[in-house]
Amino acid sequence: MIPLSHYLILSAILFCVGVFGALTRRNAVAILMSIELMLNAVNLSFVAFARYLPQTQLQGQVFAIFVIAIAAAEAAVALAIVLGLYRNFKTVNVDEINLMKW
Amino acid sequence: MEIKLAIFYVLAAFTLWAAGVVVLGKNIVRAAVALIFAFCGVAGLYVTLEAEFLAAVQVLIYVGGITILLLFAIMLTSRISATASRVVNDQVALSAIAGAGLLAGLCYATLEGIPALVGPPHLPETSPFLGRALLTTYALPFEVVSVLLLAGMVGAIVLARKES
Amino acid sequence: MMIFADLVQALYAFTTSWGIPYVVFALVVMTIQVGVVVGYIAVAAMFLIWWERKISAHIQVRFGPMRVGGWHGWAQSIADGIKLLLKEDIIPAGADRVVFVLAPMVVFAASLAAYVTIPWGPGLIVRDLNIGILYMVSISSLAVVGIVMAGWSSNNKYSVLGAIRSAAQAVSYEVPMVVALLGPVMLAGTMSMGRLVEKQAQGSWLGILPGWYVFPQLLAFLIYLICALAECNRLPFDIPEAESELVAGFHVEYSGMRFAIFFLAEYANMFTVAAIATTLFLGGWDGWWVRLPGLSPELSHGLFGLAWFQGKCYFLIFIMMWLRWTLARVRVDQLMDFSWKVLLPLSFANLVITGWVVVAGPQGRLVVLGILLVLALTIGLAVRGRGRAATVVARG
Repeated sequence: MIPLSHYLILSAILFCVGVFGALTRRNAVAILMSIELMLNAVNLSFVAFARYLPQTQLQGQVFAIFVIAIAAAEAAVALAIVLGLYRNFKTVNVDEINLMKW
Repeated sequence: MEIKLAIFYVLAAFTLWAAGVVVLGKNIVRAAVALIFAFCGVAGLYVTLEAEFLAAVQVLIYVGGITILLLFAIMLTSRISATASRVVNDQVALSAIAGAGLLAGLCYATLEGIPALVGPPHLPETSPFLGRALLTTYALPFEVVSVLLLAGMVGAIVLARKES
Repeated sequence: MMIFADLVQALYAFTTSWGIPYVVFALVVMTIQVGVVVGYIAVAAMFLIWWERKISAHIQVRFGPMRVGGWHGWAQSIADGIKLLLKEDIIPAGADRVVFVLAPMVVFAASLAAYVTIPWGPGLIVRDLNIGILYMVSISSLAVVGIVMAGWSSNNKYSVLGAIRSAAQAVSYEVPMVVALLGPVMLAGTMSMGRLVEKQAQGSWLGILPGWYVFPQLLAFLIYLICALAECNRLPFDIPEAESELVAGFHVEYSGMRFAIFFLAEYANMFTVAAIATTLFLGGWDGWWVRLPGLSPELSHGLFGLAWFQGKCYFLIFIMMWLRWTLARVRVDQLMDFSWKVLLPLSFANLVITGWVVVAGPQGRLVVLGILLVLALTIGLAVRGRGRAATVVARG
């Protein structure tokens, strides 16, 4: 049996890679991809807990299903916003979208 | 058990490599393709965790839906032969430190805080279990999520529509 | 088939007596299974290509391939395959090499991976997963990603257009397809392909009809066939490959072996959707069988089952080819209209009514029937009344 800590550490590494990507990438779509990575990491740890804690009645997997559904909705809206940005600023480089900076 | 551990390591390495390409890849389309591989890697990890229904749902929705959405957005917001100027912005050092610190904290919490759990040898078949759970115990979040998806769809259409 | 399992057991006993670990044995068995499936796909695809040319020819009152190999040009596909193998491998100048090379592999891998849960005969499945049909649906959605990758990486306007159209079409028709597939799944109470066929083999409707789910789920069957045509990019949903509009759509820049892989994947996909329709609606390998002299009952049942399955699949493929050469191509907006405004509500209605009927007892079914009749009457009266009001308004 693979120890639970293996899955949790893998999930932590994935999450931190996603955090790094969300903080450093300049392309807005790439930031969204990093956010999807973070959500996947979290799902992985939920499902790992659901496997190793049978008394929770697979709550982790149910939660993971909801996270997937919400990630889909969020990706749709976020990409619509990115399209709107592109139409107005002619770029998706988030460094150049700074009209509201002081 | 050795085989399972080997499979886990292979899948984990594959997923982490794909995540690395997503985060550091210069070509955005290659990053999207690497994201597909990362999703498939996570689906494989779900299968090792005996969550086969969730693995199929992950591939169906993430790869078959969200990735296509991302590819559409990439195609509509970049020129075909565009090369990115710089992949990362000025915060690289700070973000790397923040990420590493977060990772250290999470690993410490995992190794110290969570007891060495031994799960049951096999889970019951998850699909009927999940179906029953979603329609009885979790019926309210289920309905709320469907309203959320409807709102998301309508919002995305309104936001992405051309001003006529 | 039981003898197959016995063979595997005997082989396992043999290898363990030599001290070979189980892993090696399992890997060898899996490799053989994959080899058999790939071999079947290759032969079936070649046969389907020849068959399509013959069917299209006879529908268009001509002969089709007649020369290669003698009798009705049966070796035409082999000649085509050799030609494609010997062609020069061209990668366009501005194309993204990695994604360009990867795209046909992704499409073919998706088409091949769906063969794992096809029930070829009683007890003859590579792996009877307990999420069988859900697995096949999710793997089929991988092919769409490969198409988008192919179109984008070709560095060609027509490819990108074809890829976007194909992705939009595939994603739109996937939803009513999955919802239509849920009808038989609810009737059987399981997603496993092997058990679905077994459930159909055991029951019967009204005592005379075989227990196939096409009889109660005719609407779902028709919806599934239409969506399957759209998923395979076949006419009348041919826009991604619209030969007269987009040259060849998303695979215009592919030549030689890479194009052969796309071509093979398309016909493999056609067989997969026919196999799904056969398994869920037409009873899979279920059919009349007798015990052949000299063979055990299981072997006879297995052989008859294999023959029935292949026959039903190729019958459905014949219908798909027939439709291709009879109907005209639909426009993009007609396509999206049809999927979201017609097929999706119909498939949801089918889902709700099936769920009701499955859960309700005998009295509940009468109640459902009553409600349906009242609804049908109301809708019919409303439509008729609106039509009459419209004519009154039009007349003045």
